[in-house]
Amino acid sequence: MGMLFSANAQWVLFSALILGMASGMIGCLAYWKRQSLMSDALSHAALPGVVIGFSVIGSKNMPVMIAGAAISALLGALMIQWIRSSSRIKEDTAMGMILSVFFGFGIMMLTIVNRSAGGNQSGLDSFIFGQAASMVRKDVYTMLALAVIVILVVFLAFKEWKLFLFDPDFARGLGLSRRLMDGIYLAVLVMVIVIGIQAVGVILMAALLIIPAVSARYWTHSFTWMVILSAIFGGGAGMVGTLISTMGVGWPTGPFIVLASSVLFVFSLVFGKEKGLWTKAMQIRLQRRELRDAVIEASTAKGRQRGGEVG
Amino acid sequence: MNVLEIVDLSASYRKNKVLHDVSFRVQPGSLTSIVGPNGAGKSTLLKVILELHPKLAGSVSFFGSTHSKMKKRIGYVPQRGSVDWDFPTNALDVVMMGLYGQVGWLKWPNRSHREKALASLDQMGMADYASRQISQLSGGQQQRVFLARALVQDADLYFMDEPLAGVDAATERAIMTTLKELKNKGKTVMVVHHDLQTVEDYFDHVLLLNRTVVAHGKTKEVFTKDNVYRAYGGTLRWMKEA
Repeated sequence: MGMLFSANAQWVLFSALILGMASGMIGCLAYWKRQSLMSDALSHAALPGVVIGFSVIGSKNMPVMIAGAAISALLGALMIQWIRSSSRIKEDTAMGMILSVFFGFGIMMLTIVNRSAGGNQSGLDSFIFGQAASMVRKDVYTMLALAVIVILVVFLAFKEWKLFLFDPDFARGLGLSRRLMDGIYLAVLVMVIVIGIQAVGVILMAALLIIPAVSARYWTHSFTWMVILSAIFGGGAGMVGTLISTMGVGWPTGPFIVLASSVLFVFSLVFGKEKGLWTKAMQIRLQRRELRDAVIEASTAKGRQRGGEVG
Repeated sequence: MNVLEIVDLSASYRKNKVLHDVSFRVQPGSLTSIVGPNGAGKSTLLKVILELHPKLAGSVSFFGSTHSKMKKRIGYVPQRGSVDWDFPTNALDVVMMGLYGQVGWLKWPNRSHREKALASLDQMGMADYASRQISQLSGGQQQRVFLARALVQDADLYFMDEPLAGVDAATERAIMTTLKELKNKGKTVMVVHHDLQTVEDYFDHVLLLNRTVVAHGKTKEVFTKDNVYRAYGGTLRWMKEA
């Protein structure tokens, strides 16, 4: 726990918080675009880019690897779109194909690089399951800057996102270009993924995009609150997961973040104010009791009336 | 001047050519129903006109100009089923969306916008439902919210895709009253419509469509047994009773 007090650890925790917030917000966009699985495909597709970025420079250079991850994820997105539009293959199949092919290729590249001299100490393995503690100050800065951009994009164009996600045709009629919004969406999605993979890893990055948004859905009927709650859940899970992973030597961050957000999800599923299972059950129970009371009241009133007639 | 002028418009959907050489002109202050059998291309026509679906050939002009220049004067009511009503928002919020063009991109709406949206909901008899979650509205109420969102745009030319489909009698009356008010204010309204029985009562113009224009003009002159039969081919049983 001594690590908690080191400046570097505080920075890492802070960046996990900001990362969780950014991915929670983007996760809401993905949820209502019905593209939660797309984020999974794209995070897997980022791996080859990371490894190629590393092998080109020959050392762990964050900006280069982020650029590589972004290019590779975008390439994956383009290929999914291309497969869908030029063949009879549906989007989910296309995503499944791209996800596994890119990830397989990434693992192959990783093995080759790790075998070569110096590769073993590169810490490239941490990109699979995430190792927040392996981040140095400069990585944290890069990550923070990108995450703040992502949060600003969602915040500044909040009403545009709402309109675009609810009714893109109507949005187009008002002059809001679908292509432009799709482009910005893809850009921020890829940004969140590439900044998240070092902390959370390519395999589990999608969980940080999907789970907070779904959990938030159980608490509110307002899009604004859904985004805010999702950001809080994502940020909280990011911090708690990172904190736990620092308790053991070499513990990966990703799984702990996913577990932390899963706990939040189960809690929301049961106790969520709007859609929670327990909440719903209690509402029905309350309504049954009211109905029964009303029936009893009505029948006693009737009985009293009849009694009056006889008497 | 024509509010809308369509010349030789063609469009396809997937592999099939859905619209072929569609040409017609619409005069201001008219209330037109677009009528035709399933697959006649009615919704596609609206989507091509509004540039939501690409055209293969032909031209569309609004008030003698292009869509992008005139988009503020054009209102659109999509089919109710085209959006996900589970989206977390309330009725007032949906109506506010009609004002986003006036609010300006990246700006936040203010109180006057809110009041406009409330007035529009009130006009559709939905004032009491302003803060109601949209998934908890009935089909007719959802349709009224869509109408209110279009009204708040204060457009001069409206396109509506089956606003009367699957709504109850009260909603149908409320919508038709609104459409007639729009017409009396000199606005032009084009409505994709399914119920042949009510065409004569509700609309002063009719566009009979079956991949191309079968007939177009004043309802009294054009909505004849012959023309309707030509548009629907042998699929029409209703005319025997008439």
